[in-house]
Amino acid sequence: MYEFFFVLIPEYFPYLLQGAAITLELSLISMTLGIFLGLVVALGRLSGKWWLEFPLRAYVEVWRDVPLIVQLLVIYFTLPQIGIVLPGFWAGVLGLSLNMGAYLSEVFRAAIQSIDVGQREAGLSIGMSRPMIYSRVILPQALRIAIPTVGGYFISLLKDSSLVSFIAVNELLRHGSILINNTFRSMEIYLMVAMIYFAMSFVASRGVIWIERALTPKHQRAGNLAKANA
Amino acid sequence: MTPEPILQISGLSKSYGALNVLRGIDLTVRQGDVTFLIGPSGGGKSTLLRCINFLARPNSGEIRFDGQQLCHQAAGKFQVAPEKVLRKARTEMPMVFQHFNLFSHRTALENVIEGPVHVQRRPAREVIEEAMETLAMVGLAEKRDHYPDQLSGGQKQRVAIARALAMKPKLILFDEPTSALDPELVSGVLDTIRSLAERGMTLIVVSHEMNFARKLANTIHFVCEGIVMESGAPEEIFGRPKSERLTNFIRTVSSH
Repeated sequence: MYEFFFVLIPEYFPYLLQGAAITLELSLISMTLGIFLGLVVALGRLSGKWWLEFPLRAYVEVWRDVPLIVQLLVIYFTLPQIGIVLPGFWAGVLGLSLNMGAYLSEVFRAAIQSIDVGQREAGLSIGMSRPMIYSRVILPQALRIAIPTVGGYFISLLKDSSLVSFIAVNELLRHGSILINNTFRSMEIYLMVAMIYFAMSFVASRGVIWIERALTPKHQRAGNLAKANA
Repeated sequence: MTPEPILQISGLSKSYGALNVLRGIDLTVRQGDVTFLIGPSGGGKSTLLRCINFLARPNSGEIRFDGQQLCHQAAGKFQVAPEKVLRKARTEMPMVFQHFNLFSHRTALENVIEGPVHVQRRPAREVIEEAMETLAMVGLAEKRDHYPDQLSGGQKQRVAIARALAMKPKLILFDEPTSALDPELVSGVLDTIRSLAERGMTLIVVSHEMNFARKLANTIHFVCEGIVMESGAPEEIFGRPKSERLTNFIRTVSSH
């Protein structure tokens, strides 16, 4: 029977939390950049200009078809050969945000296309410019539609960011690995690592639900629908 | 003396690929006119309406609106006014659509004030005050904070009319405003349109409501096969149709 060394917990937990902070930082920065990139790519692909459409489509295709770990290794190990040296953390941010951007652009594109063309025409018919139609009519609705999916991608990102431990970023999983190398207590430490990932993802998923609810008009919220239809 | 034409269209054509939807339309609308466009489906009436405010882009011809050229032929080439001029013109001739097209994420009041506040940049306070009067006029003052999905089709269409009115337009374009409504909701919307006509608002209405057209219109244009085949006062159009196409059309629409 395996003998747990619970005494390890207070001793190593703070070190793991330091790693978790890096994981969180990495994920939040990459997500922010990924959302921005995804939105720009989605708008570019919907612009109707083939010279924008074509390269953006190629980007989305390539980045979705190559495993994330391969993308990270390429960025970290081959960019220096052409003179671009990035610290591990920023190589991780670059890889994760390019990856997120490719996936999110498809989410945003679908959400934008789901807004009825009639509302665009209504905007035009009261003299709105195209940028104004996007900022005041289409995007506020499309982004709300996209929130649950974007939230899901954020949770995936929190977990997938563990892959950057392969390019020497001192995030949660790597701190765990370092501890295991020093203590050989893989059971306790991996369990703690798993628990921390779980806690972060759980809080994030509650957060997404909360944001979605806050952005939904009162009468459309679950529980009020029955009343509205009565 | 007859009032100045607010809208003058001549030789307007529009094709989608090989399909010629409009084949040289001539049309004049004067201030205070209530103009109805009637005709068979696919005859070009909605396309004509959508070319007037450039939701659809004509291929040739001339449109003059309130003294401003929106498009014309110059040196054999079709010239369209800059986007800015078109946008300004659209604010003065908003459109009411068959499917209402309200902004779903905004309340009735927010839909009405959107254009005046954000396009015309008028002070919100004053706009809201006017918008409430307009909503009261279409009978929806108490629905100001309702979202489109909380309104019936007829109510949505009346909000859409209030949204158009809020622009202080010189002309309102109606594209089959009652075609998507349940029969019992039609009369409320027609009443609203009638009251606009009675206030002297200039209207161009594409409609299949023949009785309504007969009662309200000054001028009816029969649009068929991409041209204005016949024009005249309701008595002439319905009482003494000249062409066989119009005679047949009136027979079909009045047979039920």
